[in-house]
Amino acid sequence: MITLRLERRHPLPLWQQAILPLLSVLAALGLCALLVLWAGADLLRAYAALFAGALGSRFAILETFVKTAPLTLTGLAVALAFRAKFWNIGAEGQLYAGATAATWFGLTFTETPAWLLLPMLLVGSFLAGGLWALVPGLLKARLKVDDVVTTLLMNYIMLYLVSALVDGPWREPVSQWPQSPDIVEAAQLPILLERSRFHLGIPLAFVSAGLVWLLLARTPLGYAIKAVGVNPRAAEFGGIRTTRVVAVTALLSGGLAGLAGAGELAGIQFHLMEAISPGYGYSGIVVAMLGGLHPLGVVLAAFFFGVVNNGAQHMSRVTGVPTYLVEVMQGVTLLAMLAALLLNEYRLRWARR
Amino acid sequence: MELLSVAFFVGLLAATLRMATPLLFATMGELLTERAGVLNLGIEGTMLLGAMAGYLVTYKTGSLWLGLLGALLTGALLGLLMAFMAVTLGVSQHVSGLGITLLATGLSLYIYRMVIGAPSVPPSIRPFQILAIPALAQLPVIGPILFQQYLLVWVALALVPSTSLLLFRTSLGLKIRTVGENPKAAEVAGVSVYGIRYLCLMVGGALMALGGAFLSTAHFNMFLFGMVAGRGWISIALVVFGNWRPGKCLAGALFFGGLDALQLRLQAVGFQAVPYQFFLVLPYILTIVALVSVSRRAAYPGSLLLPYKRGEA
Amino acid sequence: MTGSPVVRMRGIRKRFLDVVANDGIDFDLHPGEVCALLGENGAGKTTLMNILFGLLPPDAGTLEVWGEPVAFRSPREAIARGIGMVHQHFTLVPPHTVLENIVVGTPSRGPWLDAASARARLQALARLHGLDVDPDAPVWQLSVGEQQRVEIVKALYRGARILILDEPTAVLTPPEARGLFKALRSLAGEGRAVVFISHKLREVMEVTDRVVVLRGGRVVAIRQTAATDPQELARLMVGREVHTPARRPRPGAGPPVLEVEELAVDNDRGLTALERVSFAVHAGEIFGLAGVSGNGQGELAEAIFGLRRARRGRIRVGGAELTNRPAGEVVARRVARVPEDRIGVGLLMELSLAENLILEAYRDPRFRRGPFLLSSAVAGFADRLLADYRVRAPHRAVPAKTLSGGNLQKLLLARALAREPVLLVAHQPTRGLDVAATEEVHARLLELRERGVAVLLISEDLDEVLALSDRIGVLYEGRLMGVVPAEAARVEELGLMMAGVGGPEGPRA
Repeated sequence: MITLRLERRHPLPLWQQAILPLLSVLAALGLCALLVLWAGADLLRAYAALFAGALGSRFAILETFVKTAPLTLTGLAVALAFRAKFWNIGAEGQLYAGATAATWFGLTFTETPAWLLLPMLLVGSFLAGGLWALVPGLLKARLKVDDVVTTLLMNYIMLYLVSALVDGPWREPVSQWPQSPDIVEAAQLPILLERSRFHLGIPLAFVSAGLVWLLLARTPLGYAIKAVGVNPRAAEFGGIRTTRVVAVTALLSGGLAGLAGAGELAGIQFHLMEAISPGYGYSGIVVAMLGGLHPLGVVLAAFFFGVVNNGAQHMSRVTGVPTYLVEVMQGVTLLAMLAALLLNEYRLRWARR
Repeated sequence: MELLSVAFFVGLLAATLRMATPLLFATMGELLTERAGVLNLGIEGTMLLGAMAGYLVTYKTGSLWLGLLGALLTGALLGLLMAFMAVTLGVSQHVSGLGITLLATGLSLYIYRMVIGAPSVPPSIRPFQILAIPALAQLPVIGPILFQQYLLVWVALALVPSTSLLLFRTSLGLKIRTVGENPKAAEVAGVSVYGIRYLCLMVGGALMALGGAFLSTAHFNMFLFGMVAGRGWISIALVVFGNWRPGKCLAGALFFGGLDALQLRLQAVGFQAVPYQFFLVLPYILTIVALVSVSRRAAYPGSLLLPYKRGEA
Repeated sequence: MTGSPVVRMRGIRKRFLDVVANDGIDFDLHPGEVCALLGENGAGKTTLMNILFGLLPPDAGTLEVWGEPVAFRSPREAIARGIGMVHQHFTLVPPHTVLENIVVGTPSRGPWLDAASARARLQALARLHGLDVDPDAPVWQLSVGEQQRVEIVKALYRGARILILDEPTAVLTPPEARGLFKALRSLAGEGRAVVFISHKLREVMEVTDRVVVLRGGRVVAIRQTAATDPQELARLMVGREVHTPARRPRPGAGPPVLEVEELAVDNDRGLTALERVSFAVHAGEIFGLAGVSGNGQGELAEAIFGLRRARRGRIRVGGAELTNRPAGEVVARRVARVPEDRIGVGLLMELSLAENLILEAYRDPRFRRGPFLLSSAVAGFADRLLADYRVRAPHRAVPAKTLSGGNLQKLLLARALAREPVLLVAHQPTRGLDVAATEEVHARLLELRERGVAVLLISEDLDEVLALSDRIGVLYEGRLMGVVPAEAARVEELGLMMAGVGGPEGPRA
């Protein structure tokens, strides 16, 4: 009988580790090919349409960046949290918290000039998302309540809150649709490039990636976060206040997701509604893992999914492949990345027994 | 209908059992898996894909039983995938479970779109009917509550003592519990840790999918994308809340089923004092409260979340 | 001891990453004998037996059991051939009963658990060899000695004719060890074969018939126990003359540095782990705390480390009150701490050596420039420590998990001692280390003593405690049984105290 065995090995050199996400993406594209073929489409034509739809024109590229920005922020949120082993599956709810806060700022401060209102709005969204994550964070740190379930449940709670808001006190008075009125113009993130939706939030997302990198690589807090994530008992032994570190991590993580919400609200939609996020919070998990929990990797992975998300419509129009292929691709990529990460620790050995 | 009449309560309790049924299937499935030491976060996606599979097979073949079989197989396959990732490869149980939920959710949408297309009204199937046990169903009060239900409701209720018997009275159950507490102990006692975990993941997955299929083939008669609505995550909390014992999990499932049933009735009665979202959100808030209240005493199976590789310390 | 071998291992080879644990080993086992597998830590004894028991596949070599070639894919197959193993770290399920632990996985008639017949069979078996156990007791309530008996009955219940015990006396008091030896002789008398893995020479001499000595993954000698002596075995085990370190007379004890007063500490279950413990450690002395593990040593160490609350009592270091202060403050008071669980509590295995070395010190101003960590300062600090403590590693940036056990311990010591401590608390500092690494650690401890540091050595290894300490205390069930000066200490007396007898606290023998 031929068996496949995993044999321990020395960790791969850094450059080889960087290939692993690429392998995962290729594996995902390969597995999803089965679905594409089932749809009766020509494989190369479908994938070509996917990429062309995302990168084939100036507008397309800028739209890809529009999609990349929230993915970057939620990816950073999840990556930072996962580094501390805080399993933040609640980025979606934190995003909505940020969007809700941004809406409040944008509806309340009607007389404030933009140079003051925008920073207030961004800080407020950051805090809203941060606080939404702090609750499960503290529950985990102090009471050992499982963070996966609590962050997930908080998503649903936030969603229902938004639903109640846009159904009730914030309902658009003229059209009576379940969405908020538009925020004032001073609260809207300025468009930076004409004939596109490329707004100020997009470069801010990339700056955030840089800041997160700085935090993790060069600050004492970043060191503490890494230590707590690697071995909380040893961190505690060393005198690190793990409860505090987890709480701060939760705050920062939720804050980043909150900024994603602010970006979508104040940069793209301008009014709050239940469908303001097509699942960016959950996609952030895949982005974070694909990026190896590293801020630079997150940016690249976010860009990849930005491409895929943006190009799906075009692919669907040209070849008839349902856009839901993207959802499947997310799941497959995540699983493939997990399997690929194994190669960093184990070698595959065929053996005849 | 009067809010405090007997008829109201009878209707409420009967509906409670129905609303608790998908939670019971999913919770028993997750309980089995966690007792073997694996956390299966693929539960939400498995329920959805199970719902889709149950519906689709019924739609295509006209047979509800084949639909259920399709759901069971789907759940078992997803359990197999989770077992491969978490047991054989030994990767993070958290992340692989989430990956499976994402994958299964995506597949539900994709396959449904491929087969059904995008009609304005989703096509419906002829669902399971409520059965009445002759004579018993005529009993006052408990008749309509216990003896006039879908078949699957009775199956779900029977699952609770069965799981208990299995875990605590059979040798297989002892093997499962040992694997969950200390896989090295099980291995050196001659139990196949991989085998037991694969078994529990597959059976557990089948049960989760069945819970989803109940939604699409009995409770409703069609497949809706948002159908599962977080029931999978609530089931995970119910397992903790029930301290990994089937009987207590039943209590939790009934409680949440009851809340759900109550919320619907209050809406139907025109209860305007509070926005309907409040009732929808209550289960989630209460689940968090429940988790906090048991956090001190939680008797986690000793090896939950730790991957096990034969031969390594 | 007669008959042809029941086990024949030839040319067994097994490699783990860079370490060759077994390098072409031939091993025979005969029925009716108690055979010792002797070697220092890391010599490959456990690996070899894990291969015999089916836990590990060999990279090369053959295995014959009862005359038939076998290739076990799991312990289940080995158990089917009559092989049983009791591991060093128990493989029991604490919340389950003894009966459940023993019966799990054994063939049963039908799906149901048949407790009655299992109980009868189990008790008959246990009584036969003097291994009394209570089938309905939950395992967590049992003493370590009782748990070991459960492990042995577990193997016998499965029909083990070949029984392997890995370092069985590490957790036993001397009287309990003698009970074990009686049981082993009874089993051998029945014609079963017993493998006794150990690195303790005295016990090997006492209970075995034959000694197979392993060193560096190879068999270096096979001796009849009756025809050899501890000195020869020690030489074979280590490969050179072993000398006990010459102890210089105490340089004159200084003022008390660590003062523990009426300390009461609870364990994780809320039960009392330490009760009214009082002692002091002076500058320039090594105070050895002996006792079988599980008698409160862990809780005492954790209380001093700042990781566990003391219910009552005081801890003072250099006159400063440190009772229930956070770990960071304990470090700041220049207490060097070496925890028992090197990997689980002491180190960040996935991070680099440098990142491990700054764990206690990363908030120091010398590593900061504004809000940032100064990587150049960290690098210099790390390089210096790695060199001073002779940690063998290619570079400070490699992950800690690539280091061997001995080097990990040196890393821990380097970190602990980096701040010129006044007190060192070392809990099991040489567990799992080979003789060379152990000697280095011992030398370091003696050197600290020379320099006037107060050293609290907590160790299960009575020989180690005797060799290094100036004063010796014994912990038993959370009480300090007595403190004796090293010159007056006798193994027998200490052994009795370790078993709860004698000393000012215990009942008279």
